[in-house]
Amino acid sequence: MRFVDEFRDADKAHALAAKIAALCEPGRQYKLMEVCGGHTHTIYKHGLEDYLPESITLVHGPGCPVCVIPMGRVDDAIHLASQPDVIMTSFGDMMRVPGSGGSFFDANAEGTNIRMVYSPLDSLKIAQQNPDKRVVFMAIGFETTAPSTAMTMLRAAAAGLTNFSVFCNHVTIIPAIKAILDSPDLRLDGFIGPGHVSTVIGCRPYEFIARDYGKPVVVAGFEPLDILQSIYLLMLQLSQGRSEVENQYSRVVPWDGNLVALKAIGETMELRPYFEWRGLGFISHSALQVREKYAAMDAERLFQVPGVRVADPKACQCGEVLKGVLKPWECKVFGTACTPETPIGTCMVSPEGACAAYYNFGRMNRTRVAEAAQAGRS
Amino acid sequence: MTAGRTASPSHDHSTGQDQPGWIGEALAEHERLETDTAGRRQLPLADREQQVLDRIDRARRRKPRVREERITMSHGSGGKATHTLIEAIFLDAFRNPLLEPLEDAAQLQVGGSRIALTTDSYVVSPLFFPGGDIGDLAVNGTVNDLSVAGATPLYLSAGFILEEGFPVADLNRVTESMRAAAAAAGVHVVTGDTKVVQKGKADGCYINTAGIGLIERDVNLGVAYAQAGDAIIVSGPIGDHGITIMLARGELDIEADICSDTAPLNGLVTGLLDAVPGVRAMRDATRGGVATILNEIAKAAGVGVLVSEDDIPVRAEVRGASELLGIDPMYVACEGRLVAVVPDEDAGAAIAALHAHRLGEQAAVIGHVRAEQPGIVQLKTAFGGTRIVDLLVGDPLPRIC
Repeated sequence: MRFVDEFRDADKAHALAAKIAALCEPGRQYKLMEVCGGHTHTIYKHGLEDYLPESITLVHGPGCPVCVIPMGRVDDAIHLASQPDVIMTSFGDMMRVPGSGGSFFDANAEGTNIRMVYSPLDSLKIAQQNPDKRVVFMAIGFETTAPSTAMTMLRAAAAGLTNFSVFCNHVTIIPAIKAILDSPDLRLDGFIGPGHVSTVIGCRPYEFIARDYGKPVVVAGFEPLDILQSIYLLMLQLSQGRSEVENQYSRVVPWDGNLVALKAIGETMELRPYFEWRGLGFISHSALQVREKYAAMDAERLFQVPGVRVADPKACQCGEVLKGVLKPWECKVFGTACTPETPIGTCMVSPEGACAAYYNFGRMNRTRVAEAAQAGRS
Repeated sequence: MTAGRTASPSHDHSTGQDQPGWIGEALAEHERLETDTAGRRQLPLADREQQVLDRIDRARRRKPRVREERITMSHGSGGKATHTLIEAIFLDAFRNPLLEPLEDAAQLQVGGSRIALTTDSYVVSPLFFPGGDIGDLAVNGTVNDLSVAGATPLYLSAGFILEEGFPVADLNRVTESMRAAAAAAGVHVVTGDTKVVQKGKADGCYINTAGIGLIERDVNLGVAYAQAGDAIIVSGPIGDHGITIMLARGELDIEADICSDTAPLNGLVTGLLDAVPGVRAMRDATRGGVATILNEIAKAAGVGVLVSEDDIPVRAEVRGASELLGIDPMYVACEGRLVAVVPDEDAGAAIAALHAHRLGEQAAVIGHVRAEQPGIVQLKTAFGGTRIVDLLVGDPLPRIC
């Protein structure tokens, strides 16, 4: 299939893997963080780690939109959905995320009407078809999905819809990366930069990482060869002692981002003073809220949102996993108490979450697999 | 770090007692397991990882329990939640040796004959879709469940649950499809039932069919009989039905030239069993897709399964739609495809027999059963890596970005 198969060519992968291995200094360990959950998913889905030498470790970052939503916000959303005449809409990934009293699926079994939509615009159709209902879109995601929420609000305003509102949970990636860079727990050598976020914000916002922290950044696409090539580019920078922002995903990402999308976000949303991230705690200016001008479309203004903070279950180590301090399997509850059937932490819910990706795709001991393969050959 | 959390996780010996409901239960359960493996942090990395994996294996072998207080949509998806529901509730209540194999059809000894019995309910939405409708689905599904048990399908029952207001013209279309499908499969609908419920209590029309067939051959089929070295075959491109239904719902604004693969498999099965009497197991790859069947093989026979992505036939349209939606065709339902396990030396003959039939023209060996990593299905990706193919919890959900 065109535009897919050429980015999954095993021969090219072998060639790149050899070049990567040649760049490893003997005795040195490399830790590279893929910021974006989409990358984590690709890495596991295609078994990309099989191509990497043992000295390179991929650390899974905080860029999974579902994973960073704290339990309290899920509870707030279910509270909103329980109000009279409310139809809530959200993305599929959100449906299984546990709040303190259960997920959206569980809430629906109790009587709420929370529907899965593929695009926020579908919420407008639902609002038009149900004039006697109040439709609330549970908006989540980074700068990738924020423009589509913004465009939906602009369309709703243009259409004069009065029964549509947004429960805004959009977050921004840069403060999270900064929080990780400032975290004392972790030593990283470089970043595989988020691809889809960068289609909106461009590559400039990452320059401080290279300049102030001396870490190379390569913005990467989502096919396995994209990621492998980005790892090669990072290793090349490290071997040459450079730290720069490079754009591997130039077929999609413009260096300066997408001005139309940024304008739409700026028109409808503004930075919150602070927002709680699951596992990372409160981070200043790290999330978006609906602007005063669109107050009539802001679910947090229209409804009483309890805003109760729910502490994560103590044994849940999503925070450490999101920061890359722990590998998923090192979490105490991984795979036993916390599984995709009964996720305790958000990292186990979304297919982009590091824990779910590892549980679903990677749960085999690679050393033993290699040994077994070796034994089979001899 | 948020308030109320422990900054040093490795020394955090929290208990589940201060957590409400299921989280508390889950954590308490975790602690019971944890005591078995105390001290794992002192071991080398690879061994610690293996220890965690072993612990997970033990956790997965425990008796399943339904944790939810109410039925959710996940319980009907064919994935883990469905398996848990069946094993913890239905199998527990009705347990007997005929039910326990949980095959597509039960095998019974009646008089001097071996009979296969099966039942299935159909709640598809929309009722009419490219390539078929609920009517032929209801006939073919039951015919296929009997066929893959090695039986010749004979007689079907049909139960209808109709919603007040359902157009009679639509009911005529559905029954006409059922008649045609029954004729094509050589079966007869010999008994039935009708119920009408108030508007809003059902979605137009639901159909249940049950079927019996005669097992004339001396075959013993079952996924538990798979052995290391056996070849695994699919009879054609996978995922056509599921993707067709998703697109036919019209919620995705994607158009593609594909239609459901709904078809009776009895002719195809006859050809396969004639050529290879030693077939170990067959399943029709409906809800949960091929991935679910591979997991059922691995679990029931206590074997590992290794399949190769390059060898799995998937139509370009199905791949394209799956890529766009972020779902995996391995989990998407088919309604006219079977997965067969045959001894490796018979694989050539099996493929030849399948290729000779219209419905098996694109049949392919997709992988093998092996002794290593029992219980685990592994996929050699087209990219050249390896990964696990586990059961899904519920329906495949489209990803955000």
